[in-house]
Parts: sequence; C-alpha cells; structure tokens
Amino acid sequence: MHDMSAHAAQHHAPPTSFIRKYVFSLDHKVIGKQYYGLALVAALCGMVLSWMMRIHLGWTNAAIPGLQLLSKTGAPGGVMTPEYYLQLMTMHGTIMVFFVLTTAPFAAFGNFFLPIQVGAEDMPFPRFNMMSFWVTFVAFVVLMSSFVLGDGPTLGGWTQYAPLNAVGSVAGPGQGLGVVLWMISIALFCVGQLLGALNFITTTLDLRVKGMSLMRLPLSAWAWFITSCMGLTAFSVLFPACILVILDHVAGTSFFVASNLVLNDQLQPHSGGSTLLWQHLFWFFGHPEVYIAIVPGIGIVSHILITSMRKPMLSQRVLIYCMGALAVLSYGVYGHHMFVSGMNPFSALAFSFPTLVITIPATIVVLIWVFSLYGANLRINSASLFALGFISMFVSGGVSGFFLAQPSIDIMLHATYFVVGHFHMVMGVAAMFGIFAATYFWAPKMFGRMMNETLGRIHFWLSFVGTYCIFMPFHYLGMAGNIRRYSSFPDDYLQPLIPVHRLITVAALITGAAQLIFVYNLIHSRFWGKPATDNPWEATSLEWSTATPPPWDNFGGKYPVVYHDPYQYGVKSSVGDYVMQASPEQVKTDHDEK
Amino acid sequence: MAKFFAVTIIIIAILSAIPILRHTWVAPEDISTHGYLIDEQMSETMAEAGIAFLAAQFILAIFIWMFSNRGRDAKIKKFPGGATGLVIAALLLVGAEVLALGVFGVKAWADQYLTPPSAGAMPIQVQAGQFAFYFRYPGPDGTFGATHPELINEGSQNFFGLDPEHDPDSRDDIVTAEMAIPVNKEIHLLMHAKDVGHSFFVRELRVQQDFVPGLDVSLHFTATKVGKYEIVCTQLCGLGHYNMKAYLYVYSQEDFENWVKKEQAMQ
Amino acid sequence: MRPKPMLLALLTLLVCPSMMCPSLMFAGTVSGKVTYTGTPAHQKPIDMSKEPSCAKQHATPITTETVVSGPDNALENVVVYVSAGATDEGQVPSQAITYTQKGCQYIPHVLPMHVNQEFDIVNDDQTSHNIHPLPKVNIEWNLSQPPGTAPYHKKYDKAEFIPVKCNIHPWMHGWFVVLKTSHYDISKGAGDFKLPDLPPGKYTITAWHEDYGTQTADVTITGNETKDVNFTFKAKAY
Repeated sequence: MHDMSAHAAQHHAPPTSFIRKYVFSLDHKVIGKQYYGLALVAALCGMVLSWMMRIHLGWTNAAIPGLQLLSKTGAPGGVMTPEYYLQLMTMHGTIMVFFVLTTAPFAAFGNFFLPIQVGAEDMPFPRFNMMSFWVTFVAFVVLMSSFVLGDGPTLGGWTQYAPLNAVGSVAGPGQGLGVVLWMISIALFCVGQLLGALNFITTTLDLRVKGMSLMRLPLSAWAWFITSCMGLTAFSVLFPACILVILDHVAGTSFFVASNLVLNDQLQPHSGGSTLLWQHLFWFFGHPEVYIAIVPGIGIVSHILITSMRKPMLSQRVLIYCMGALAVLSYGVYGHHMFVSGMNPFSALAFSFPTLVITIPATIVVLIWVFSLYGANLRINSASLFALGFISMFVSGGVSGFFLAQPSIDIMLHATYFVVGHFHMVMGVAAMFGIFAATYFWAPKMFGRMMNETLGRIHFWLSFVGTYCIFMPFHYLGMAGNIRRYSSFPDDYLQPLIPVHRLITVAALITGAAQLIFVYNLIHSRFWGKPATDNPWEATSLEWSTATPPPWDNFGGKYPVVYHDPYQYGVKSSVGDYVMQASPEQVKTDHDEK
Repeated sequence: MAKFFAVTIIIIAILSAIPILRHTWVAPEDISTHGYLIDEQMSETMAEAGIAFLAAQFILAIFIWMFSNRGRDAKIKKFPGGATGLVIAALLLVGAEVLALGVFGVKAWADQYLTPPSAGAMPIQVQAGQFAFYFRYPGPDGTFGATHPELINEGSQNFFGLDPEHDPDSRDDIVTAEMAIPVNKEIHLLMHAKDVGHSFFVRELRVQQDFVPGLDVSLHFTATKVGKYEIVCTQLCGLGHYNMKAYLYVYSQEDFENWVKKEQAMQ
Repeated sequence: MRPKPMLLALLTLLVCPSMMCPSLMFAGTVSGKVTYTGTPAHQKPIDMSKEPSCAKQHATPITTETVVSGPDNALENVVVYVSAGATDEGQVPSQAITYTQKGCQYIPHVLPMHVNQEFDIVNDDQTSHNIHPLPKVNIEWNLSQPPGTAPYHKKYDKAEFIPVKCNIHPWMHGWFVVLKTSHYDISKGAGDFKLPDLPPGKYTITAWHEDYGTQTADVTITGNETKDVNFTFKAKAY
C-alpha cells in the first residue's frame, strides 16, 4: 500500500503546448493512443502486403496492375518476381508480429489502462515512456525505409535465419542493406520494449493505490504485468543478437557464418561462425514473443468476458497462475522450432516435453472460460462477440500446436502450411480478435464516444467466418505437404493444391475488405460517435470509476480507494448487479479477493 | 444473435472436421521402414486433438446458446465443482494424454535420429546450394574424393569442388542432379550445405532434416517401394527456394546399377 | 542556290567525309582461325531435371559450354578483338544485341559488346530466371525475369569480362565481354573470325577464351590487305 502523495514529485504538470499535448507527450494515455495509431497503420500495411502475397500465390505470373510503381525491379510490368514475394512476405511477418501484435495489445492498451487500473496518476518514468513510443516509431520508419533503399527489404523471413542473414548481398537481393536496416529497426524496437517493460513492471508493483492488493488487480493488469516480465527477458536477448548480425555485415566478424561457404562460385571471407547460434538466440526470444502477443489478449478477453457475462470467472487466481505458467514455461519450449534444425536430437525430446506440458495451463484457461459461461447472463455486443470468437480461435490454433509439439510428427509438418495455419490462428486471428474486442470495449473510455454497434457486428461476422475460411484450409495444405515460404508452386505434387490457394485468396481479400469497415467505424466514431457515459458497460474496474475520457491525471487529483476485487458481478447492489472496485458499498458475495 | 453465433460455431467445427475424416488432403503413402511409427503418432494425435477441438467448440456454442441475453433478472449460476474440478480434469486428462503421446513418440523419433546407420548402409552425399541439390556417389573405389570449396565452378559442373587432376579418389566420383537408390537398402545420406541453410524433405520417405552450414549432418533411411518421388527444400534459402528440388528414384537393384552406369558415362 | 556555293557544298560533301575518315579510303582486314592443341576436358551433359519445362526442350541433354570445339580442333566462343592501336574507340554501335534465356540456356554463351552499348535480355522460357552477371569493376546487379515479362535493356560503362549466372538454375553460365572497341568478332563453327574495316596502323589483336586464357598477336595494316592471324590455345585436361 502506498500513499500516492509521496509520488507526486515524480509526476508531470499538465501539458499546455500542442507538442507536449499530442506529440512528445509524457501522458501514458496519449502514448497509448500513439501506439494504437502506429499499430493501426502497421496493420493496414501488413494486410495490404498479405493481399499481394495471396494474389501472387494464386495467380503467379499475372500482372498486378500498379505493382511496378512500388518496385520496378521487384515487379517488372506488374509481375511479382520470386524475390519480391519473399521481401513482401518478410515485411508482412515482421510488421505484424512486432508492430501490431506486440504493440497493440500490450503497448497501446497497456499504456492507456494499466496505470488507471492500478489507480495511478501515470507511470513512474514518463520520459522513458515517451521515449519508448518514439523509439518504436523510428524503428517502424527504419523498417519501412528498406522498401525504398538499396535493393529492397530483406527476403529472409521474420525469423532471419543465419547465415542467409549475415553473408550479405551475395546471397540475394535485400540481403545487404535490407538486412542491416531490419536489424537496426528491430534493435530499436527492443530498446523501446525494454523501456516500456520497465514502466509496466514498476507501475504494477509500486503504484497500486490503497486497497489494490496484487490479487485485486484486474486480469488485464496481470496480463500486462506478466507480459512485461517476458518482454524484459526476451527482448534483452534479441537485442544483442541483432547487433551481432550487424557486426557480421559491417565489421568483418563471423558470429553466424561458418567457414568454407561458397556463394556465386566465390569462397566467402568468413570463418568459424555458428549457424545454429542465431536460431537459439532468436527462438529464446521468439517463443516468449508469441506469448507476449497472446497473453495480453488472454487477460483482456477474460476482463471483457466477465463484464459481458455479469459473473466472475470460476477462479481468478487460477487464471493468473496459468498466465504465469505460460510465461515461465515459454522459455523452456523454444527448441520446438528447431526439432529438425540439426541440433542434438536429444534436445528435441527435451524441448518436446515442456511443449506438451504447456498445453495444460492453456487448457485450464479455456476450460475456465467455457465453464464460467455456464449459468452466465451474456450480453452480446461487438466486444463480447470478439471475446467469444477469441476463445474459438484460441482453441483452433492451440489444438494444431499439439501436433507440432511432437518431434516425430514435426518431421512431416515442419515448414509446411500447417505451421502457418497454426500461428495465424493464434496470432493472426485470436490475438487480433483480442485487439478488436479491446477496441470496441475501451474506445468509449479512450475517446468519449461509442463505436457503431451495427458496423461492429458486421465486422465481427465477416472476420469470424472469413478467417476460418482462410486459415483452416492452411492446415489441410500442410498435411498434404505444401511447403511454406514458396513464392509459387511448381512442384508436381503441389499442382492439385493450387485451386485451394485461389479460394483462400478470395476469402482473404473479402476478409481484408471487412477490416476497412472497422477502420471506418473507428475513425467515424472517434469524431461523430454517440457520446459515451462514464460506465457504459456497467463494469467495475477502476477505469470505469473515472471520467470519460479520463482527465490528464486520471482521477482528477482524488485518488480512489479500492474496497473490492474487480469482478463483483452477479451481486445485488444499489447500482445493479455489480459493485465497482472503488465503491465502499458492501454486498453479499460468494468471493471477494483481499 | 447469440443463438446464430452458437450455430455458426458448430457448423464451422463440423465443416473443419469433414476433410480430416474424409482424408481429403493427407500425406502420401509411406514408403519407409520407420514411417509407420510417425503415421501412428499422427493418427492418435489427430483423434485426440479432433475430439478436444470438437468438444471445446461444441460446449462453447451450447453455453453461448443457453446463457446469453437471459434478461436482467436471470439468476447467475456457478458450474458445479468450480475451478477445482476443471483443474484436476485438465491435469489428469491432458496430463496423461501429453505424457502418453510424448513417451510413445520417443520411439518414432529415436528410430530416425538417435540410432546410427547400420554398418552396411550405402553412403550417398548430398550437397544443397542455392538453388539445387546435387548428389555424389563414391564410384567403384568406394571412396569420396576430397572437396575443395575454392574449386567449385558451377559453369563447368564442378559442384563439389573436386580436383580430379590431383586427387585420384575423386576421378571416379559420380555427381548427379537426381538421386537414385536401390529399394530395400539402407542409405546413409551425408548432408553438406554449400552456402546457406537448406533442408531435405521427402514426404513419402517420412524424412526431413535441415542442412547446417558448418555442420555436416546425416540421415539414414530405407525405401521400400520403387517409384519416382520429389525431394524439396523446406528451409528458406533465398529467391529460388520455391524452385529448389530434385527427383528421387527408388529402383530395383538391377535398374539402380544400370542407372549408375549411365551416370558414370556422363561424368 | 547560286552555282558557286552549290559547287562548294558538293566539294565539301566529297572531301569532308574522307578528311574525317581518311581510313575509309583504305581498310584492311585481320582474319584467321582459332584452334587448340591437346585434348580438352570432357564437357559434361547438363541434367535439368529440376526444371521439367526446360528439360523437355532438349531431346538429348545439352553439355557445358566451357570449351566448345569445332571440326579440326577449332575452338569456338573465342572473342578476338583489337586491344591496342585502334583510333576509333568510343563509338558505340547502334545495332541491337540480345541475350536470350531459352531452354534454361544462355544464347549466345558469350556475348561480346561495346562499352555503353545497350543489349536486351529476353526470357523465352516458362520459368522465371534471375540473371546475375558478376562484374568486378562494373556495377553488379541481378534481376529476376518472370515468364512473359518485357526484355530488360542494360549496358555496361567499363570494359570487362563478366561471368553471368542464373541465380535460380545453377548450371546456366555465360559471359558478357564488354570491350572498348567495336573491332571484335567471336570464333564460330570452324573457328573462323574476321575483323574488317581496319584503317592502316599497328594493332595488337587479343584472343580471349573463358578457360584457356588470352593470347595476343601484333599485326600491321598498310592498305586494303587481309592479314591472316591464327591463334592456338593449349587445351586443359581438366
């Protein structure tokens, strides 16, 4: 418990100038919105890239009108070259994983709501917070600059395996400057994330208002806290790995390039490096990274579902422990990306068991969600639809992980579309649904206006059905042996699968177009939406105790005191079937965390 | 809308399961000696994953149908047993399932990766380089000549950097762009990466293994059925990755020997 | 026009060209044969099975073209050119030259060209090719050319012997020979070459073969004669 006045000196005076209010703002709420805007732009870029990829896969030698304007060498006469496909694919993955899935659920919503949900005025290090956004912004600009500099972006996939990432342009277009720009961008991104993690962790541990014990934190706050712990430990490994690759390019080192490699009939001037070292470093980051992408969604969806269901989860503690277990176990499973990589085959078994075991907390989370629905009184709206959709997608995506966790099965499924289907369902769909649910739920608080409910439901239906139409067939393609990261499918056995790809492309274009409904809704509602009340969802956590939108210091100078846990629903109180966390009213309840 | 949603979930779940149950898109016939263990593992996992998938989606749908928009005065109920029952169920059911799959899967993996090739296995070298596979057979002297990376010259087809002028062992080496093996004979595949990472995948043989620059890995397997199969690269290696493949021919012993003679004449 | 200026104009027309190019009045030729001694290394058949659309274009597999020999030990694909003594360097020929990718083969195997002369790169195959010349002094580039796309127009601004490969099909190999002079020829068939239109002067003729190296010969042209210059390369067993 802390007396907030002791921290007053750390906090900033209200901003007055335009620059201080909207550009270089120290206010976590503005920073959160800035992150959201960045993620939105990134998501649209990533989505357009995916359209171009899908059109090329379905109709390989067809000209995409206008593509030559984006790159004359990459698309002569509008026909995409093999390297340009890979370059677009690399940028698609990089933009989506880093600048959308790590940014929106964690940095955007977390920055806006974590301080409010713990009852704080702001985060403890507002300047670091501001820097974290702007460093991330610069990282995005550096990444996008690779489209127009040199011979284009790197083509090595978002995983950037060695030695393809380190031998330079001799390995292909984009592998010189394109790789260096990618590495610089991601190194900057790591710095931004580390600064953010610092703030999130200290906010959660140190700035909780009176009465806000750890167990009384909303599940979204717990998710952001656990995610930031993962971020601190994962990004701090990716950062030096990127630096080492840059050194291999500019300083003549050979961290990742072995001896005696021959490209273009030329012996390469490198010796002694380790191909697998990069994979270990990358995946030690990479696996926690995908949990960084999903755990905020787990917390946010739980939070939204509880409000929508009008009852708490069967056990809040178990959900917290499961999120923690996912985070801890995520470090012990990373080798499941490397089963056939050439690492010691005993290691494969060693990584396989924790990967199978991580199914247990994931299953418990799903069981708690589903069986908490029993006896609930679900209010259906855009936010709750996406939250429920999240559960369906999480199950679908999680179940395919079950196959990939076993090395023997991975022999047949590694590097096929089965893997692509798996991670798109959990990240590309479930995590996105978490972002959508959060947007519909929290937009009223952030912008003071409700989003259009009809458009939200249309967005939901097209997205739910559409994403199943896109990504479920990926699993079948994978089982038939369709290899991933192919810019086209000339192999004999792939010919019968091309019609499937064409259907998927059509589904992808339609589903993509549906996202524009969301963008329109977001922008239109921001300015002309129905004005929102302070607590439109009849919810309980601290963000709903404050004004809509919250004042610059969140609580107008009067700190709340917390009397309840955040999920007192299904009770009888003076305001309805719920009691707000900051309300001193005592009611009869089954369980109220202390 | 809730009921419509519930029905949609169920329809999607059933439609997703249909291609699996009808074996519409499946791995091709297994022609290996070790693959049946992988296929069994896959079937068991599919059954368990399939049941879990259908059960979860169905229960989700049913609960959405039953417990939505029940009116402001509806009584909130709690699932009997609460979280405790669920945690125990998850630990027991899922725990047992994953342990079983993990333990039974060890043999499928170990047979391929933790056992050495037998003494009589036929060595064949494969080199992966942007963007083709080339194979080398040791020739009648049974010895592979030394490779010299600095002598590699693709224009004159010296893919392995052999030095026949000074190295007698390499003079009878047979370098081919297609791989041929005799049926029912164990092969010891020696894998070398010329430039960046690549991978060797033959679906029918149930083998997949990355080439690691700087680390010479190997595979062993036995093909049990004559035929023509495709070897494809599965590790992103550059712009030609999609076009990196070679044909694998499994021949009878006689046809294999004829093939070797034919290739030898072309060296 | 009045008669006197017309006469002047006519005279100028007659005189000036011959003053600008007095050599056109006298032009010799250097011609000859390129042969080899010894036994060349066996040219290996190329297995194109990974690209079926190309493989089926060759009833019998083509062989490598490192050493292409003709009847009577003729050596083909030798670029013979004036390496010293020419006074008309720098005039870029206007005719179009083409480098074609067909049947996963570069046609011609060796393409000589003048510095800054534009050449077209054409893809006649059903597969993409990625043409990757490997210069050391010129700017290096590589370009993918999907089937059905327009030819690329390229040129080099420095003299160099540039190996060319396809990034997608490792057996495809060829050469761009970029020369400062337009007095060049490439030996074909019986190993013949011919360098016409040489004004009187002392010349160094160089013959370049991609594997056997270069040889030079000095020759003097005095008038309209044809000088016979032959080159003999020593074959390499491997």
